[in-house]
Amino acid sequence: MSDKVYNVLIVGVGGQGIILASDVLSRAAARYGYDVKKNEIHGMAQRGGSVSSHVRFGKSVSSPIIKTGEADVLLSFEQIEAVRYFPFLAETGKVILNDHKILPPAVFTGKQEYPPDVIEKIKAKVPDAVVVDGLAVAEQVGNPRVVNVVFLGVLSAFLDIPATTYEEVLKESLKPKLVDVNLKAFHQGRALAAA
Amino acid sequence: MKELLSGNEAIARGAYEYGVRLASAYPGTPSTEILEYIGERYPEIKAGWAPNEKVAVEVASGAAYGGSRAIAVMKHVGLNVAADPFMTLTYTGVNGGFVIVVCDDPGMHSSQNEQDTRNYAKFARVPCLEPSDSQEAKDMMGEALKISEDFDTPVLLRSSTRVSHSMSLVELGARIEGPRELGLKKDILKCVMLPAFARLRHPIIEQRLKDLAKYAETCSFNKIIPGDDSLGIISAGVAFQYAREVVPEASFLKLGMVWPLPEQLIRSFAAKVKRLVVIEDLDPFIEEAIRLMGIQVEGKELTGLCGELSPEKVEEALKGSSSAKSIGAIDMELPPRPPNMCPGCPHRATFTALKKNKVYVAGDIGCYTLGAAPPLSMLDNCLCMGAGIGIAAGLDRSLGDLAKGKAVAVIGDSTFFHSGMTPLLDLAYNGGSTTVIIMDNRTTAMTGAQPNPGTGYTLREEPTGMVDIEKLAGAFGFRRVKTLNPYKVKEFEQAVKEELEAPEPSVIIARAPCALLKTERILPDRPLRIREDVCIGCKACINTGCPALEFVKIDQPAEGDKRKGFSRINEALCVGCRVCMEVCKSDAIEEAS
Repeated sequence: MSDKVYNVLIVGVGGQGIILASDVLSRAAARYGYDVKKNEIHGMAQRGGSVSSHVRFGKSVSSPIIKTGEADVLLSFEQIEAVRYFPFLAETGKVILNDHKILPPAVFTGKQEYPPDVIEKIKAKVPDAVVVDGLAVAEQVGNPRVVNVVFLGVLSAFLDIPATTYEEVLKESLKPKLVDVNLKAFHQGRALAAA
Repeated sequence: MKELLSGNEAIARGAYEYGVRLASAYPGTPSTEILEYIGERYPEIKAGWAPNEKVAVEVASGAAYGGSRAIAVMKHVGLNVAADPFMTLTYTGVNGGFVIVVCDDPGMHSSQNEQDTRNYAKFARVPCLEPSDSQEAKDMMGEALKISEDFDTPVLLRSSTRVSHSMSLVELGARIEGPRELGLKKDILKCVMLPAFARLRHPIIEQRLKDLAKYAETCSFNKIIPGDDSLGIISAGVAFQYAREVVPEASFLKLGMVWPLPEQLIRSFAAKVKRLVVIEDLDPFIEEAIRLMGIQVEGKELTGLCGELSPEKVEEALKGSSSAKSIGAIDMELPPRPPNMCPGCPHRATFTALKKNKVYVAGDIGCYTLGAAPPLSMLDNCLCMGAGIGIAAGLDRSLGDLAKGKAVAVIGDSTFFHSGMTPLLDLAYNGGSTTVIIMDNRTTAMTGAQPNPGTGYTLREEPTGMVDIEKLAGAFGFRRVKTLNPYKVKEFEQAVKEELEAPEPSVIIARAPCALLKTERILPDRPLRIREDVCIGCKACINTGCPALEFVKIDQPAEGDKRKGFSRINEALCVGCRVCMEVCKSDAIEEAS
């Protein structure tokens, strides 16, 4: 275990399972022996607003929120939300992106266009950005609702916490009948990161 | 092993471990989860949602008078509502430990203002403790209860959005009961605040404050963390964590008890450091107190008075710039993503009708405040809980014909029980011609669906009495009271028109459960679809603002097609409320098969 504090910023839209993903990550980090702090802004999450969850873990963590320019990994469950939070990413940071669009009100009411070429623009800044169609993977695994755990799997490949620790936390936090499909989703995601 | 708890979970846990026997609260972000956790996890604590924060403080005061340890929980603006009992409870004192947990919202993530609760501590001469993480949140509950009993005073425990909604590791302990004997105890001189008795109490609380200031000098939560004395930071709450993050090498005076302040401790710390800076969220509360001691100190001129602090704000304030190397922004015009009413929300239906009525809408706080957002733009003011009814009455009475038939008030069920009943009584009593629309969605939706006195069940899902709003309005003296299904937009529009034409005030109850509620469900959960060839592209449906609808532009129209686009329904989101069907001018909407 290194002395470094890892900064993971998970963003998206209310209802995408961001809080569960960041909860499992935080608990896995704590179980592995790190000091952990996590913060999220979710007051209006159920109503389609932008949601962000900051997870920080290491030997000793003070601030529960990540500084602009300090995130080691930015995981975004939606295309333009990655852009919204992009300045949080460190110069050397990694990007994990769900290839998915959720139209905000100005777009679905026809007042504004959904910005084009989002993935290209992100890749221009971070060429090794991992872009995954999470819904397709989740459906292939057998449940469209496990997109968040697919991405937890992708994310896990970039962090210093063993896969077995996540597995233990997932088993503890989920209803028994959902454990298998979520473990499958996790490993599928983890394998995608390695590919 | 330590457990990862949010600040709110830790406060609830603290209430459990330190023998709290009663908890009362009204929901309000970021405080809501505290009573929810108590309800779910700690049956030892009698707990329930109060109709408002004033009642919560009164209920908890009763418990404390009887010797129980008690807490009342609220968001910052809730203490305004509870200020009346609070400002005199400080005179009577408590008996059993009494802690008022107040969660501030620097940055206004979910609030209408950015007031700083510490000012109430000074105002009321009561101590205030402020945790900076979850472990402290739990530990300080014990400390606050003990101070409350030792000094016979209510105590404020001030949390904030970033403490309440951050998780960190907490060592758990077993429950211990409070020390006071339980029972009804007569003490008229102390508890009946007649002028003559209150005059006796006032000097006692002034002396109490002096005694508390002495205690603050040795309170274990006020501590010096020695470091490089070229920079000395005095800080509290999450701001302390930000400062530790960005200048870990500095000397710190970490304050856990932020009122009254430990003057000698501050003086000795100030004397030892070269540069003294206070880092605190919101008001220059500690800073000004230190200036009054005649000590030179920097503070808000560095960090600013508005908005919440962040690690980078603190770093920029102390060092001039942030050390982090950001990858930078991507140049792109980003559409904002504000919160929105959900697909199927009955409030959207009500606002859609009111838009047709072309009325001025006085409102207040709840999910329906989102009715102010485009494309509906149908809420014209939001001042505080319950304000809309009084404002509509005032407009109606003062403007006469200028407002007659043109102004209504809207209020949700939980907000109505919180502070809408008295202004409704004013309207019945003093008269007028406005119409009050009570949007009864059968829950306290904005804070995550807590039950309220209109739902028929309690915090712990036990069945209980249910307010009959129709009868209540009748008992107040309203002769015109109607209950309508808001999804029937045309009927609703007609009813509002009729009520506004009537020469007396009226009440319309728009009753339909929140679209997220699984109980009492009346939505068919069968999605609709739009026949794209029939749609004339008028956007009547789009202008309801439903997230299940999308306007699809036509770039290359077929010959004779003059439309700029057409509407489409996202069947995965549509719950079949049919509001779009009600407003459709071309009969283009049908049930998806």
